[in-house]
Amino acid sequence: MANQQPNSGNPRVDIEYRRKKSAEEMKHQVITFAMMIFLTIVAFVAAGYEGFSAWFIVPFILILAIVQVIFQLYYFMHMSHKGHEAPALFLYSGAFVGFITIIAFLTVIWW
Amino acid sequence: MSTLAQKKGFGAVLWDYLTTVDHKKIAILYLIAGGFFFLLGGLEAMFIRIQLAVPNNDFVSAGLYNEILTMHGTTMIFLAAMPLIFAFMNAVMPLQIGARDVAFPFLNSLGFWLFFFGGVFLNLSWFLGGAPDAGWTSYASLSLASEGHGIDFYALGLQISGAGTLIGGINFLVTIINMRAPGMTYMRMPMFTWATFVTSALILFAFPALTVGLFLLVFDRMFGSNFFDASMGGNTIIWEHFFWIFGHPEVYILVLPAFGIFSEIFSIFSRKRLFGYSSMVFATVLIGFLGFMVWAHHMFTTGMGPIANAIFAVATMAIAVPTGIKIFNWLFTMWGGSITFTTPMLWAVAFIPSFVAGGVTGVMLASAAQDYQYHDSYFVVAHFHYVIVGGVVFALFAGAHLYWPKMFGTMLNELLGKITFVLFFIGFHLTFFIQHFLGLWGMPRRIFTFLPGQGLETANMVSTVGAFFMAAAVIIMLINIVITSVKNEKVGNDPWGDGRTLEWAIPSPPPFYNFKQLPLVRGLDAYWLEKMEGKKGMSPAEPLGDIHMPNNSFIPFVISFGLFVAAFGAMYRADHSWGIPVLIVGLLITLGSMFIRSVKDDHGFHIHKEDLEDNNDKGVKA
Repeated sequence: MANQQPNSGNPRVDIEYRRKKSAEEMKHQVITFAMMIFLTIVAFVAAGYEGFSAWFIVPFILILAIVQVIFQLYYFMHMSHKGHEAPALFLYSGAFVGFITIIAFLTVIWW
Repeated sequence: MSTLAQKKGFGAVLWDYLTTVDHKKIAILYLIAGGFFFLLGGLEAMFIRIQLAVPNNDFVSAGLYNEILTMHGTTMIFLAAMPLIFAFMNAVMPLQIGARDVAFPFLNSLGFWLFFFGGVFLNLSWFLGGAPDAGWTSYASLSLASEGHGIDFYALGLQISGAGTLIGGINFLVTIINMRAPGMTYMRMPMFTWATFVTSALILFAFPALTVGLFLLVFDRMFGSNFFDASMGGNTIIWEHFFWIFGHPEVYILVLPAFGIFSEIFSIFSRKRLFGYSSMVFATVLIGFLGFMVWAHHMFTTGMGPIANAIFAVATMAIAVPTGIKIFNWLFTMWGGSITFTTPMLWAVAFIPSFVAGGVTGVMLASAAQDYQYHDSYFVVAHFHYVIVGGVVFALFAGAHLYWPKMFGTMLNELLGKITFVLFFIGFHLTFFIQHFLGLWGMPRRIFTFLPGQGLETANMVSTVGAFFMAAAVIIMLINIVITSVKNEKVGNDPWGDGRTLEWAIPSPPPFYNFKQLPLVRGLDAYWLEKMEGKKGMSPAEPLGDIHMPNNSFIPFVISFGLFVAAFGAMYRADHSWGIPVLIVGLLITLGSMFIRSVKDDHGFHIHKEDLEDNNDKGVKA
């Protein structure tokens, strides 16, 4: 895993490579952090602006929320790294089951 | 019960089991507790059949009959079948993947004690003003109207034991993902381990739905909310959806491990590799996946409309495909094999036609239009007993005989085992086959009696006679267990002679650290592979070294006991002034012991290399 600390004493560990990798990752994190703040501002503006109807605002904010969750998982919780296949599988399966449940409740019970 | 610890006094053994975190001992606890509840549920089943033996019977009253019927279903599913399945998963799965214990031994113990106290709480309802009486499904419109505390016992008891099951499932998942021995890739895992894996995933996704449903029910009944009360703006159908989003995966949670046990048995006693291993894995995963799309087939008659009914009907029928793959693979495993009809193999062979019969009526019921005819009739009762008894209970009997030597170091008597099988097999078909026809002749489910002259007398009497055959079979099995335990003739590593997977490469019962050195797995059926190359055991994958082991702990027992106390407080809160204090005290016990667990450092202990080298006489290898 790329996020392991280079403190192993193994002479084959390429510290230069690790350093480059970490710098790159830091860059990604800063960019996503800025984007997340930007998306949050957009969401607030959308909710505050009088001209939009609720039929636009609600789905729009939900989409922004999903994008933020993906940023959070992949860039801050390191799901983009190797070794996260099993958590990803279970996360998506769980989301899928939850989604099916909500769809069923929306379509079969309430409408 | 323990055959392991005869040198210790009874108190020491009891304390050992109360505090144990060893997966093998927890398996024995699950087996004993699950077996006890199985007998209890069986007793309730006998009362049901005695009441229905003749028309206009007054063996039990109508109200008591409802309680017995509810407790029979609830006990058998939650407190007998699931823990017994968990017993085999705990006993065998870590051995099959070459692990020294499960990933979280403390949580394993906590899971058991939560289940145990939940089960005890539920059954105390018999002595405290009446058991739940709204059926094991406890549909909200009925259960909200139920007087007394029966349904409260149901909701709180299942909440506690459900938490234990969830903990157990997560534990197995982490164990299988992280603790496989070197070389044990996913596609080299024994079929029972695969079944455990998929089952645990189903538990992880299905039980939260039950938890939510039960919480809503508890709030509706005890704290004045109106989630399910249509007159107050709620919706009673929501309970049904929540219950079946949990309840349908639940039946696969039960039957997939049964499939796993049978896969092992067919392979061992046909002396052949499991036919179509990868398609078996695929089918298991697919059944698990489809299991979440079909819950509403239990609700065709609630008025969901033709489109929803059609979708769920087609999805349900699709499950017959992976199940069919499995059936054919088992048949092909036997084909051309060198078959020995031991007791486990008899159960396995009998399972195929019995379970297929249940599957076929399943497809009939899946057809939404037909279901309007079958709904709430004895046809449904016959169907689900064919799949659950013909699938799960057969597997539990088969697994008990197969794994008894691995769990206790002694072999159950084969002759008595075969007598058990014959009696149970005859009794099972006698009891439930005729119930298909009772349903088609118009006998509804869950009625406490029927009138003479409606053509239902003979069939009901036949059904009752069959139930007595099954009771006799269970009694003979108990006698078998007692005789075996008293004789106490120890057996070696591989008592069946044809063991294929890692658990048969180590002593019976295994030492508490399981593997002195982790084994190197070179393929599917790792032990068989080594045997075929003339080796006596597994090649070790690591040098002999210190083994880190967890310490025993009494805390899981206390945490669970606290919830048990708190449940009484929550239930009697409205009736008695001591309710709230008891609720608080119970939660304090639980949270306090969790706090102690968090702050107290418990690093476990090491078995030193030197101590491991000493006991060569026990023949511990790899």
